[in-house]
Amino acid sequence: MSSGHHHSHPPQEAHSNHEPDLPFWQKYIFSVDHKVIGVQYTVTALIFLLVGFCLMLLMRWQLAYPGKEIPWIAGWFSERQMLGGIMLPEFYNQLGAMHGTIMIFLGVVPLAVGGFGNYVIPLQIGAPDMAFPKLNMASYWLFLIGGVIMISSFFLPEGAAQSGWTSYPPLSVVAAGGQTTWLVGMLFLIFSSLLGSMNFIVTIVQLRADGLTFFRLPFFVWAQFVTSFLLLLAFPPLQAAAVLQFMDRVFHTSFFLPSGLVVAGKVLEVAGGGNPILWQHLFWFLAHPEVYVLILPAMGICAEVMTCNTRKPLYGYKSMIYSTIFLGFMSFVVWAHHMFLTNMGTKMSTFFQITTMIISIPSVIILTSLILSLWGGSIRFKTPMLFAIAFLPMFAIGGLTGLPLGLTAADIHLHDTYYVIGHFHYIVAPGTLFGLFAGIYHWYPKVTGRKMSEVLGKIHFLGTLIGMNCIFMPMFIMGIAGVSRRLWDPTQYAHAVPTQPLNVFISIAAWCMALGQIPFIINFFGSLIWGKKADDNPWQATTLEWATSTPPPHGNFATPPQVYRGPYEYSVPGQRTDFLPQNVKGDN
Amino acid sequence: MNHYYGWGLPVNISTHGAAIDHLIYVIHIFMAVLFIGWFIFLIYALIKFRSRDGHKAIYDINHFKVPTYLEVFVALLEVVLLVGFSFPIMNQVRQQIPDKSKALEVRVLGEQFAWNIHYPGPDGLFGKSAPEFMKPGSPVGLDPEDPIGKDDVVTINQMNIPVHRPVLVHLSSKDVIHSFFLPVMRVKQDAIPGQSIPVWFEATQTGKFEIACAQLCGLGHYRMRGFFNVQSPEDFAKWLVSKAPKKRIPATPRVPAPLKSFVEDSTATVASHTTAPS
Repeated sequence: MSSGHHHSHPPQEAHSNHEPDLPFWQKYIFSVDHKVIGVQYTVTALIFLLVGFCLMLLMRWQLAYPGKEIPWIAGWFSERQMLGGIMLPEFYNQLGAMHGTIMIFLGVVPLAVGGFGNYVIPLQIGAPDMAFPKLNMASYWLFLIGGVIMISSFFLPEGAAQSGWTSYPPLSVVAAGGQTTWLVGMLFLIFSSLLGSMNFIVTIVQLRADGLTFFRLPFFVWAQFVTSFLLLLAFPPLQAAAVLQFMDRVFHTSFFLPSGLVVAGKVLEVAGGGNPILWQHLFWFLAHPEVYVLILPAMGICAEVMTCNTRKPLYGYKSMIYSTIFLGFMSFVVWAHHMFLTNMGTKMSTFFQITTMIISIPSVIILTSLILSLWGGSIRFKTPMLFAIAFLPMFAIGGLTGLPLGLTAADIHLHDTYYVIGHFHYIVAPGTLFGLFAGIYHWYPKVTGRKMSEVLGKIHFLGTLIGMNCIFMPMFIMGIAGVSRRLWDPTQYAHAVPTQPLNVFISIAAWCMALGQIPFIINFFGSLIWGKKADDNPWQATTLEWATSTPPPHGNFATPPQVYRGPYEYSVPGQRTDFLPQNVKGDN
Repeated sequence: MNHYYGWGLPVNISTHGAAIDHLIYVIHIFMAVLFIGWFIFLIYALIKFRSRDGHKAIYDINHFKVPTYLEVFVALLEVVLLVGFSFPIMNQVRQQIPDKSKALEVRVLGEQFAWNIHYPGPDGLFGKSAPEFMKPGSPVGLDPEDPIGKDDVVTINQMNIPVHRPVLVHLSSKDVIHSFFLPVMRVKQDAIPGQSIPVWFEATQTGKFEIACAQLCGLGHYRMRGFFNVQSPEDFAKWLVSKAPKKRIPATPRVPAPLKSFVEDSTATVASHTTAPS
């Protein structure tokens, strides 16, 4: 790790030339190899995504048929969760809080950053491993411990956290249940993220192959680079806030509790003098950059998949990079647009409205560049490409519907309604997740040496695309009608009754989409056995991960690659092939 | 269920709501135009440049002028949305708080899981209140020693206001954060313990509507529903009198018989500390 130029570093070459003879548990379980860790992250995160998805499938029953007995599976739950087969409100709130927490902190981010970042970055920059392999292993295991703590809270007598993934005090401080467990789990996850992000930054700065300048890096690496800075700088405030909330709950301090609280008819015996809004500031100072942590890696993956499948260089490579950097900076000064209704002054809300509008500009540049990259290409509609293409309109819907929420006047009516849920799910679910699915289908052959089935892939794509839109599009209608989120029984409100049929429709769509994931699960595991053998460069791509053998050996490259050009030299005139890898000298 | 609510925006009966609705419509038209334009381009490009025999990708990148125009167009439109719509509306909603002499002042105090509505009574002054006096029968914690509070009217989950008169709500919460949501008034404001937040609105028509809680506040969040009744000034005055504390007969507190027109008052009226909720 001490040297940035490993071509002049003999021990690493020796290291990369022979497969070390390690016992099984060191090679595949407590491994320090970035590829094994990347696969561990990917598989773990996919399992967590499935768990988080299942929680939502349960909640969808209660939302579609409030207060009705759950068929078939009611017996699986304890009396603290379901009474007579009917979901209790406190269990519904637990499912809601944990769905958000699991999807974001245990699913999407670990998959996008821990999984893809770990596996792909060292290969794409021509490095033998991450800069700090042991730290890398530590961040995976911290993540796993944090995840297990989170999930295990469902099995504790008091149940899981039930104050939303946002955990706003005073509710989160006075709430019964596993909020303390949630905070402890978060501390582990944040430590994991911090170690990982430092590792990525050092790796990208220090371990790039000879000739691989910053403006020859694949856009995916750039996206991960900016993401790592966001994680590194945004998480510490939440770390501090989580410790303070932990103190409030366990040691009865009052960091977030004002004086004179009367809870359930009793004056709360605490010192008081705290401020509940402080938590929201600290939380959103992380959680807004977190949105870009979710979206940037997916955009990076789309750039890789789209250039490869259009056989054409990226449109506006540099402006995309500048936009990404600008986006990273701006993401730190928009957080309070989540808090427009907390009685902030008009000067503050004016500032945050302006920054929110400004941050949409680089997003539009990136999206427009990706769409324009299709122009003049020769588009191959392989499964990864289908997901990458679908990412574009899905992200566009998610981004555009952020506009009314970013304007305080429109936000008055839409705040905390289903409109918000539709908006951020379009960003994260059909947006980011489509990017991540594209990445799985794209790099699977490199990781496993086998291709995934195109037929199953296309079925999975269609089912997911239709499912996602049937789930999230109606939410905008519900939100405009004023239906609030996080309601155990929406039909209690007269203004939510007219759109209740949409809840039934959404639930059925969600259950159907769950069935639509079965082809993916079969494909993911089955292709390990039945998949067609893949050669070193099955997609005829240009970036360095395709320049080594499939699957790459320990140490990645037999000889350190030399880079001659930018990442997306497809269809270069005067060449025999329509792709010119970064490490190949070329025909003339 | 009723004609105020449907698949679109709820009916608007506030003086400031039309501007908000207008903004919501304008943004959605803008979004639709932009998205449909993008989407048509996307589909066209996918068909035109599909991989097929004899078709080759072009290495050169076309330098379109369109993206630059598009960026400028988007940026300008956002400026218009901000300066032309959002800022003025917010200025109206947050800064132009009505004159206290004209407005009806009401305190709204959220708790798990009810809205306590506190009217100042005929003297127009709120009695002192404190957390230690908050108990069943005294949900807003009026100080029993304070003479100013004797005529105050306190109701639970029932907010009545007169039509065509500005209402200034002092919003707070006694336990966790709630959000005071009047769908038909285009009013939504977090109720934050430790803060008293001014919210104002003016109704343009009478009718029976609802108060909702828009911020997760615990297991009863879904049922934190209140009734919101906009009345003619005369009806409102009558209602207020009917809810006034009956302090002349403290020995046997009598709950006034529910008026026919207020069948929805399912929760009892708590007038000061003289009558107890049923």
